[in-house]
Amino acid sequence: MIESIVGSLNAGSKYIIPLLLVGIPMYAITIRKVKVYEVFVEGAKDGFTIAVRIIPYLVAILVAVGMFRASGALDLLLNFLAPALSLIGFPPENLPLAMMRPLSGSGSLGLLTDLVNEHGADSLYAKIGATMFGSSETTFYVLAVYFGSVGLTRSRHALIAGLTADAVGALSAVYICKLMLG
Amino acid sequence: MLNYIWFGMMAISVVAGIFTGRIDAVTDAAINMSKVAVEISIGLIGIMALWLGIMKIAEASGLIRIIARGLKPITIRLFPDVPADHPAIGSIVLNMSANMLGLGNAATPLGLKAMEELQELNPKKDTATNAMVMFLAINTSSVQIIVPATVVALMGAAASQIFLTTIFATLASTITAIIMVKLLEKMKRFSVENAS
Repeated sequence: MIESIVGSLNAGSKYIIPLLLVGIPMYAITIRKVKVYEVFVEGAKDGFTIAVRIIPYLVAILVAVGMFRASGALDLLLNFLAPALSLIGFPPENLPLAMMRPLSGSGSLGLLTDLVNEHGADSLYAKIGATMFGSSETTFYVLAVYFGSVGLTRSRHALIAGLTADAVGALSAVYICKLMLG
Repeated sequence: MLNYIWFGMMAISVVAGIFTGRIDAVTDAAINMSKVAVEISIGLIGIMALWLGIMKIAEASGLIRIIARGLKPITIRLFPDVPADHPAIGSIVLNMSANMLGLGNAATPLGLKAMEELQELNPKKDTATNAMVMFLAINTSSVQIIVPATVVALMGAAASQIFLTTIFATLASTITAIIMVKLLEKMKRFSVENAS
C-alpha cells in the first residue's frame, strides 16, 4: 500500500513544475486576458536584486557555520552530549546528523551517506537518519536567506523557535522510527 | 540574539580550532565559505527570476487571491496580523505547497516573494514581525510530505519505509515551531521594541 503511494507521489512530482509553468500562464492568458510575456518579464526583474541583496547575510551565516564545522567544536560537543542522550534512548550514531542538520544541507547529506554506507540502508540508524534529514531544514541557511532578502537584522525569537523545532523533530525521528520500524 | 549566536559560533570555532590543532582548517573554511555564499546567491538569480515571473502572472490573473481565500481559515490563525486577502498570504500558501511537494527550487523564490510582501506590512523595517517569524519557523521546520529525491536515491528500497516516519516527524517539528513562536512572541525580551 505505502509502496504504491510513495511510488505514485514520486512519479507524479516530476510533472508538477512543468504543469505550473504552463498552467498558470494558460489560465492567465485564456480566462483573464493577461499579457503574460510582459507581466513575466516585469516580475522576473526582481530576481537579480533579491539574489544580490542576500549576499552579505549569507556570507555572515555560512562563514560562521563553516568555521564551526571545520574547528571540530561539533565533535567536542558530541562527546559531551552523547552519554546524556543515550540515556533517553537517542543512539549516538544519529547524533552527528541531528546536530549537523540545522547547520548545513550538504554536510548532513554527507553524514546520512556515511550512515547508509556503514550500517546499510536497511539498518535502523539509516532509517532514523533519513527521517531526520527529510523532516527538517537547514535552519541557519533559511534564516539568512529569507530574512536577508528583505534586509532584516533583528530576528527576534525566530532562531530559538526554529532550533527547538529541529530538536523536537530529531527526537521524534528517533522515537517514531523505533516505534514503527524497530 | 543572532548577534550572540553569530559571534559565539566564531569564537568557539577559533578556540576549538586551536585546541584540536585544526586552526588552519578554520581559516580555510572562513575564506571558502564566503565564496560559497556568493556563488549560492548568484546561482539563485535565474531560478528566482523564473519563479518571480510566473508568480507575477499568477498575481495578475487573480490566481493568488483565489488560493489565499481558499485557505483563509488556516492562515488567519497562523498570521492574524496579515489581512486575509493580502497577496502575502497567497505567496505563503504557494511556498508551503511547494515545500510539501519537495519542490525546493520553487519554494525559495516563492518564500522570498512572501517575505517581500510581509515586509510591506512591517512598520519597523529591520525587525521581523510576528507573521515573518511564524513563516520562517514553519519553513525551517520543513513541511515536506514527499521524501526528498536525494534520500530516495540513497535509501533505495528502504525509502518507502521512511515515508510515514518522515511525515510524523515533520508534523511534530512543525507543530513545535508554531507553538514556540506563539508562546515566545508574547515574551517581553522578544518584543519588537526590545528586538535584537
